[in-house]
Amino acid sequence: MKQTIFRVESNTALTDSVFRMTLLGDTSAVTAPGQFVNLKLDGFFLRRPISVCDCEDGRLTLIFKTVGKGTAQMSRLPAGAEIDTLTGLGNGYDLTRAGDRPLLLGGGVGVPPLYWLAKKLRAEGKEVTAVLGFNTEKEIFGEKEFRALGCDTRVTTADGSHGIRGFVTDALPESYSFFYTCGPMPMLKAVYRRTVTDGQFSFEERMGCGFGACMGCSQKTKNGYKRICREGPVLEKEEILWED
Amino acid sequence: MGRLTVSLCGLEMDNPVIPASGTFGFGYEFAEIYDINCLGTFSFKGTTREPRFGNPTPRIAECPAGMINAVGLQNPGVEKVIAEELPKLKKVFHKKVMANVSGFSVEDYAYTCERLDAEEQVGWLEVNISCPNVHGGGMSFGTEPKAAAEVTRAVKKVTDKPVIMKLSPNVTDITAIARACEDAGADGLSLINTLQGMRIDLRTRRPVIANTMGGVSGPAIFPVALRMVWQVCRAVKIPVVGMGGIASAEDVLEMMMAGAAAVEVGAANLTDPRACEKIIADLPEAMDRYGIRTLSELK
Ligand SMILES: Cc1cc2nc3c(=O)[nH]c(=O)nc-3n(C[C@H](O)[C@H](O)[C@H](O)COP(=O)(O)OP(=O)(O)OC[C@H]3O[C@@H](n4cnc5c(N)ncnc54)[C@H](O)[C@@H]3O)c2cc1C
Ligand SMILES: Cc1cc2nc3c(=O)[nH]c(=O)nc-3n(C[C@H](O)[C@H](O)[C@H](O)COP(=O)(O)O)c2cc1C
Ligand code: FES
Repeated sequence: MKQTIFRVESNTALTDSVFRMTLLGDTSAVTAPGQFVNLKLDGFFLRRPISVCDCEDGRLTLIFKTVGKGTAQMSRLPAGAEIDTLTGLGNGYDLTRAGDRPLLLGGGVGVPPLYWLAKKLRAEGKEVTAVLGFNTEKEIFGEKEFRALGCDTRVTTADGSHGIRGFVTDALPESYSFFYTCGPMPMLKAVYRRTVTDGQFSFEERMGCGFGACMGCSQKTKNGYKRICREGPVLEKEEILWED
Repeated sequence: MGRLTVSLCGLEMDNPVIPASGTFGFGYEFAEIYDINCLGTFSFKGTTREPRFGNPTPRIAECPAGMINAVGLQNPGVEKVIAEELPKLKKVFHKKVMANVSGFSVEDYAYTCERLDAEEQVGWLEVNISCPNVHGGGMSFGTEPKAAAEVTRAVKKVTDKPVIMKLSPNVTDITAIARACEDAGADGLSLINTLQGMRIDLRTRRPVIANTMGGVSGPAIFPVALRMVWQVCRAVKIPVVGMGGIASAEDVLEMMMAGAAAVEVGAANLTDPRACEKIIADLPEAMDRYGIRTLSELK
């Protein structure tokens, strides 16, 4: 973990409510796709956790949806604004598990963390299938970018307004070597039921600190309790215990 | 003796700043980013006789200038704390630590304190009595002078280390509980624990926290905490550790002017992991500004 100041480089709307922000600063603690950063926003007590969407040396890309006051404030941050940021949080996805033909399944703002993962897997020469799920055409982002990486990219919309009608689980390829997924809870549960290989799931939880100090984010797993912010957010399919 | 040196129940500390229980784990996460030996000491995660997973999630909510938590005392249990956490801590923290203990019966408290009393690394026992008394109708030990006194006596019997009773603010008259603990032999008091509160999510119309209610902490509670520390310091003779919303060197001075011998810093560590390091570094200048030569003169 590192605590440093990042400077907003750009902040642009991708849809009515989804924004892409690039930040410049010390990215040395960011080591794996699926990790997140925790942002201190003026006027808010708790930090806001956001997944790393892409990371080059010194530049961080985040994609976020405005769901409440904090993310709304983030969407208004101008270039040059400074953000106190904790980086290098969470375990991230394990690329060594991918096999030759990994499958990536993302829903809504669960798509962003899969982008850097796809980029890395493509760089290793893997045949990547990416299924990106949205509610409706207006909410789609990222399709072009995944295509540009050379992923077999499939888009689903719940209302059929673009791509395949249905959910990401309605667009699974015939076969794949391993899968990685991130998205809303109902989607994760469906992915759990419908996938046939091992895989890794990324979870969200309300966080007090984001770095392992408060026990605010603990989940029970088959391997004992895990802090989503520290031993997570990525859990193995076989260790997940669904609670409802 | 430095300007910041204070004494707490007979043990000297380099400065009065103590990260509060539950907001500092067992120290290692913070040791990754600064040398935690700069602290006066720290109070480790509330430890119980048996391991506890705690409450279902969500356990955390935000509020203006603060947060609400219902972690539910998740901890690995006293045996694992002694076998695993303390040896790990020893490598990164070379001072005496404050052992925070919780329980659900008088016997629980006595058992856990007795086990921790044997540990050389432990300097003080801080006994959190904001827990429900399962044999006493589920009321918190800290809301009833008799129950608070009973826990104090049971713990005092099993240890020679200073016993600091940590009081709940969710009572009508905190000075009555404070006096009961003092009369039962407590060496010191710490306050306040979190104030009960809740939030409702407008979208779902349901409480944000799975447990419905939780404990409020952070700057939002500072004035309440300060008032209670002031009252308790005037009601007892034993030293008082003040906490609740402290986030700056000025807050430390204000709390000590209310009578606190030392202070704990909780939620601030979660939002700024370097909060305590910064507060300690800022203290001398803040003292200069208010004409304070040494902290011990504030007593
Ligand atoms: C590991 C992780 C990675 C995430 N990555 C992304 C991402 O890449 N893009 C994105 O758009 N969103 C992401 N989220 C969700 C994002 O953190 C929340 O949408 C955001 O915190 C909401 O803040 P707010 O002030 O707008 O909402 P409010 O509802 O006003 O926030 C109130 C409080 O609840 C917390 N909160 C609300 N919703 C969530 C949530 N879903 N998860 C965790 N805490 C929440 C807030 O942090 C804040 O403390 C991620 C969450 C986690 C835990
Ligand atoms: C996430 C969290 C966990 C806590 N866990 C404990 C605990 O295990 N034992 C305890 O005595 N107090 C616990 N507390 C209370 C704090 O130690 C402190 O009394 C309270 O938060 C007020 O201080 P603050 O406003 O500086 O946070 C916890 C507080 C928080 C925020
Ligand atoms: S959010 Fe504090 S431990 Fe995970």
